[in-house]
Amino acid sequence: MTLLERKPLKTKAARPPYGLFALAAIGVAFLVLPLVGLLVRAPWRSAPSLLRRGDVTTALRLSLETATISTVFALVLGVPIAWLLARTRFPARSLLRALCTLPLVLPPVAGGIALLLAYGRRGVVGEWLLRAFGVSLPFTTAGVVVAETFVAMPFLIVAVEGSLRGLDARYDAAAASLGASRSFTFRHVTLPLVAPGIAAGAVLCWARALGEFGATITFAGSYPGTTQTMPLQVYLTLQDDPQAAIVLSLLLLAVSIAVLVGLRDRWWSR
Amino acid sequence: MIRRALAVVAAGALFAGCASSGSKPTTGGALKGDLVVFAAASLKPTFTQLAKQFEAAHPGVKVVLSFGGSDTLAAQIKQGAPVDVFAAANNTTMQTVVSSDDAKSPVNFVKNELEMAVAPGNPKNIRALSDLAKPGVKLALCAKAVPCGSAAAKAFAVAGVDAKPVTFEQDVTSVLTKVELGEADAGLVYRTDVKAAGAKVDGVDFPEAAKAVNSYPIAQVTTGKNPNAGKEFVGFVLSPSGQAVLTAAGFEPAS
Repeated sequence: MTLLERKPLKTKAARPPYGLFALAAIGVAFLVLPLVGLLVRAPWRSAPSLLRRGDVTTALRLSLETATISTVFALVLGVPIAWLLARTRFPARSLLRALCTLPLVLPPVAGGIALLLAYGRRGVVGEWLLRAFGVSLPFTTAGVVVAETFVAMPFLIVAVEGSLRGLDARYDAAAASLGASRSFTFRHVTLPLVAPGIAAGAVLCWARALGEFGATITFAGSYPGTTQTMPLQVYLTLQDDPQAAIVLSLLLLAVSIAVLVGLRDRWWSR
Repeated sequence: MIRRALAVVAAGALFAGCASSGSKPTTGGALKGDLVVFAAASLKPTFTQLAKQFEAAHPGVKVVLSFGGSDTLAAQIKQGAPVDVFAAANNTTMQTVVSSDDAKSPVNFVKNELEMAVAPGNPKNIRALSDLAKPGVKLALCAKAVPCGSAAAKAFAVAGVDAKPVTFEQDVTSVLTKVELGEADAGLVYRTDVKAAGAKVDGVDFPEAAKAVNSYPIAQVTTGKNPNAGKEFVGFVLSPSGQAVLTAAGFEPAS
């Protein structure tokens, strides 16, 4: 941070590094072309009727609901984890960070299997859940939320921890010196200051949850209206109606863009 | 799962030893290079074994196998995946590839019937297809777009049973996994899958299965880069030694 705030160093080489531009241009094209492909090949004429189809609206609603609930869970549980990782010192902190961000690098299908072994009907915790409360998570909408939260929460943790670290800890110290308690400081000083970071993390988390496929199909299965979210529907549709799958992919793309744009206006252009 | 995969590889290696004398190349020049074979998920154990035998008989050839739901594989072939041989779990799927000119003259090489897979010892006491519709029985089925799913739908229609599954899986192995892990109480899979799963599940036969038999067609894919080896592999699958591997796993002869 401090490096960036300094005045730019005066150097002899004023010309831009063209090599970087060229590589960046290739990189941008690589990222954008698949989206162009979707737009070019989409069967626009049949799109409106397809989007009104009952199974599509059902899957979309399920996706939006589960991604939102997952994000709420991720906020409630993830922000405290991020605070712990950024603001406290204890011996196993690095280990804790590695454990909490593991789903970021774990293949989602492997995550789904791990979830089954933990929260499934025969799972380490799941067996007890079933016996004590009669709750069985696989094949339920709650199971979808569990899978999505598992995969998406690390995105929020990483984003919030990053902005907490970027925050000057002296604000907290100042609040404390004025007699504020730790929890008062957290709620009225720390949280408002990292709000943009939390929002960015929540958006990332929501988008990841919306696109979740591997862990969901492995842990929660695939049933229309209950566990068949949009990505699962896209995959299934691709098998017998590829044209429809293109339209559904576009729909997911549109939803993601809408959310990014909407949140930018609220949080990022201040 | 891992232990099963290892067992399959080991069995394949054993068979590979005996097979090298069985099938000699019939074409003039020695075959070589990669041979890409796409096969339905239910063919995984047998085709892994067949590939080992084929490689042993043709030392220059490396068989590259890809397994999945027949429809997924067909979609990939239609998108131009470089495949030499395609073995599907039903004729409808194969026909989509043939009609897009990506494969020619498919031949049925085996038949497979559905069976109910249940937990070892059959704790839910499932005896007939109608038991799958009982409350409290968690049933896993294949999605209707996949051959095992359309066969299941046909069997339920014949039996007049209105089953309410908890999930529609993308391929037959996923259904079996859900039963093996105990998350589902029962699933409709192929007889061969039950056999391959060994002690991890029990199989229960039902009479309606005879009305929903899947024929497995095999064909050379026209986009393949190794047509000679592809032709030889199809011939090997149809040969007596190839058929022996398939029937040993529970498949029935095509005719």
